[in-house]
Amino acid sequence: MIDMPHLNQAKCNACGLCVSVCARLGLVLNEKNIRFLESVECDWCQQCELVCPTGAVTFPFEVVIEDR
Amino acid sequence: MAIPIEPLKSIPYFSGLGDGVLDAIRQVVFEKKVDRGEIILLEDEPPQALFFVASGAVKVFKTSPDGKEQILSIARPGESFNDVPLFDGGVNPASAQAMGPVVLYGISRDQMDGILRDHPELTTNVIKVLAQRVRQLVSLVEDLSFRHVIGRVAKILLEYGGETSAPHPRLTQQEIAAMAGTAREVVGRSLKSLEESSIIRLERHRVVISNKEALRHLAAEPS
Repeated sequence: MIDMPHLNQAKCNACGLCVSVCARLGLVLNEKNIRFLESVECDWCQQCELVCPTGAVTFPFEVVIEDR
Repeated sequence: MAIPIEPLKSIPYFSGLGDGVLDAIRQVVFEKKVDRGEIILLEDEPPQALFFVASGAVKVFKTSPDGKEQILSIARPGESFNDVPLFDGGVNPASAQAMGPVVLYGISRDQMDGILRDHPELTTNVIKVLAQRVRQLVSLVEDLSFRHVIGRVAKILLEYGGETSAPHPRLTQQEIAAMAGTAREVVGRSLKSLEESSIIRLERHRVVISNKEALRHLAAEPS
C-alpha cells in the first residue's frame, strides 16, 4: 500500500483547497468529504498541508539519528 | 463583463454593504484566472492591483538575495493580498504565487480610490482587514526575531530522534509547531534551514539527523 498523508475527517471542512493545489491530482472532493486516491503516488510536496485552513491534513514523519 | 454580486459578499472588505454599493464595486472589479505555479506579483515591482481570492489558494512570500523563501501568508477564498501598495502608493511588498488553479478578483488603485471616495462606509471594513493583517505580521515578526524557533525545533528533533533500526513515534510539522509555540510555516522554514546547513536531511516520512552535535549546539542556545 502506498503511504499517504493523513487526513483527519473530523477537522476537515471539505473546502477543497487541498484538491486544488495537488499537482498529482491525488485528492478528490466527494459531496462533503475529501479522499486521497491511493492509485496516485503522492510526491510528498506537502502543499495540501500548507494550504489546509483547519489543519486536517498532516504528513507524519519519524526522526532518526544517523550520526551518533 | 461585471462579476456577480454574490461572491463579493463573502469578502471581508465588502461585508455588510448594501446591494447598491456592491453593484458599483462589481463594475470596477476585474476577474483574473491564474494557473498553478504562476507568479501573480513580484516584490518591489509597481502594483498592478489589490487582489481577492475567489477560488484556490495563493502563497504570499518574500525571497532573500540568496533565494531563501519566507511565507508571509496563504491567501484563501475571500482573503485579499497586496493591499498595502494600493493605500501607500509604494511597490509590491511581497511576491505572490498561485498554489493551484486560482480565480482572482482585482481592483486597481484608481478604482479603489474612487470607491472609497464615493462609499466611505467601506473604510471601516478596510481598517479592520488591515488591522488583522498587522496583527498577523506582528505575530510572525515575534516568531522570527525573538523566539529562536530553530533552537526549539532542534531540541524537539533531538528528543524524538532515535536509532534507525527501532520504531519511532511519528511527528507532524503541526505538532512541532504546537510544541515550539510557533506557526507551521515557521517550522517548515526552520527544517529547510537545518537541511541547508547539512544538519538534517528531509526525506519522505523521515527527518534524518546527520549532524547531531551541530543540532545539540543549536538546541543549547538560549531562547
